[in-house]
Amino acid sequence: MIINGVTIDATFAEAFAMKATRAIITAQNEKWAMISAQAMTGFATSVIACGCEAGIERTLLPSETPDGRPGVSVLIFAMGGKGLAKQLETRAGQCVLTSPTSALFAGIDEGVQIPLGKNLRYFGDGFQVSKKIAGKRYWRIPVMDGEFLTEATTGRVEAVGGGNFLVLAKSQPQALAACEAAIEEMRKLANVIMPFPGGVVRSGSKVGSKYPALGASSNDAFCPTLKGMTKTELLPECESVMEIVIDGLTKEDIDIAMRAGIQAVCDLGAEEGIQRISAGNYGGKLGPFHFHLQEIMA
Amino acid sequence: MSALTLTMKTRLDQRVDMSPLVCNKLEGVSVTDIAAIELQNGKSKIRVDSLFAIKGSDTKNLVIQGSFFKLDFIGKELDGGTITVNGDVGAYLAQEMKSGTIKVKGNAGLYAACEMKNGYLEITGDSGDFLASALPGNKQGMKGGTVLVKGNVGERAGDHMRRGTVLIEGNAGDYCGSRMVAGTIAVMGQTGRYLGYAMRRGTLLLWNQPQLTATFNDCGSHTLAFLPILFASFRPLNSKFASETEAFNRVQKYAGDMSELGRGEVLVKI
Repeated sequence: MIINGVTIDATFAEAFAMKATRAIITAQNEKWAMISAQAMTGFATSVIACGCEAGIERTLLPSETPDGRPGVSVLIFAMGGKGLAKQLETRAGQCVLTSPTSALFAGIDEGVQIPLGKNLRYFGDGFQVSKKIAGKRYWRIPVMDGEFLTEATTGRVEAVGGGNFLVLAKSQPQALAACEAAIEEMRKLANVIMPFPGGVVRSGSKVGSKYPALGASSNDAFCPTLKGMTKTELLPECESVMEIVIDGLTKEDIDIAMRAGIQAVCDLGAEEGIQRISAGNYGGKLGPFHFHLQEIMA
Repeated sequence: MSALTLTMKTRLDQRVDMSPLVCNKLEGVSVTDIAAIELQNGKSKIRVDSLFAIKGSDTKNLVIQGSFFKLDFIGKELDGGTITVNGDVGAYLAQEMKSGTIKVKGNAGLYAACEMKNGYLEITGDSGDFLASALPGNKQGMKGGTVLVKGNVGERAGDHMRRGTVLIEGNAGDYCGSRMVAGTIAVMGQTGRYLGYAMRRGTLLLWNQPQLTATFNDCGSHTLAFLPILFASFRPLNSKFASETEAFNRVQKYAGDMSELGRGEVLVKI
């Protein structure tokens, strides 16, 4: 398949099952809600070493938030329920509770309920106040700028992590420009995050390593400087490959995001140095969810 | 299927225990059998059909017409369904109610909503003393649900209240929120003396400055984030509390009762 001079490889991206939740952060204004959200989703690019993958889903208008203030919704993904709960609680405690004027609410009502502010309440040292409003429990925790309001729990749902595609370009600036265009389109969509810096990862990995202690290592088949040294997947004129990784609440959400992102890359086309779209295919070793590029773009 | 409607035929001298006539107890019972139920009336018993004319058969939707202040225990332990009462009711309305809805288009006597567990109770008139409180000797009053009183309430509203929300559009008598353990009582009108007497925790949300005892300490004026959420939860109600113009988030906070645990709060609109 070729779109605007860009070859879409007959391959598929492999993704795996994750657990996910959404939290809504509000603040006095969007600036402070965003600062808190950025802190909460910091150092959360990959479960390989961060404990979770997290990102900002979108900003919320005052009319969309529980307390009528500007807000930001964030999605957090982890490999297991316990890990997700631990990451959520730690990040809520260190990044949202601490952030001026913030409040924290559940972004998913259904599913298994996991602690959001339920245990943060002990920070109140006995001065915390519980309020059950319209069936939901909230905690009011006294802090130095007033009160930190948080919902006690949020819903945990089954999700999919690791959807991806690779952008193969003639040059590094062209690969980055294409990825930026893709991310701009993908960020308009709900239920997905692209957890890597700016949504783009330049150090895509393969499963395994020559070093036994490592579970993942550099994807040498797509490293342009190794074209003459390894079993490469790259054409001689390819100088740069970048990857966009997508975590979504459902497989369909990732399908939609991948299509939007690949289409944005293809719109730039061969004229802008884009050669191919490929995907992280690990021969079925990584996960049960397969995203066939040509089917997605059909 | 039309609502099971009980219309009073006669006003008795002695009080009547209406506790057998709740939706969950009548489910699957024929109208003939309902007519034969005997209600305690003072020392004696009286058949339902001797006291009421019966119409309809939908036991999930019970209507009592022509009620008066000697009908006690209406909606006791109600667990689902709707009871609508036209007229006044006696004591212990909605006692230990578990779920469902009770609407009284009239006044209620003593101990309305006492030890209520959940559900919704609406009283369009006034309510007597010990609204949402505990029975004498018990330590926990209302434990959940919402009570709306459009008129005034008597003394000791929310005595020993444990959880839930009590909304009072009118005035509250003395000792409102006394010995409160937790929960929320909102009063749009005036409050009496000894507000929050010996309250441990809980919130008294007031539209007017109360007369506070020396055991309540001023914590200053604040904008509280939970108030917009609380007011938003009132929107579905047929009440002044549902009005956006009545909502506020700036309050003067007083903490007390310092003679007790002192974790309670009186929040006064500013």
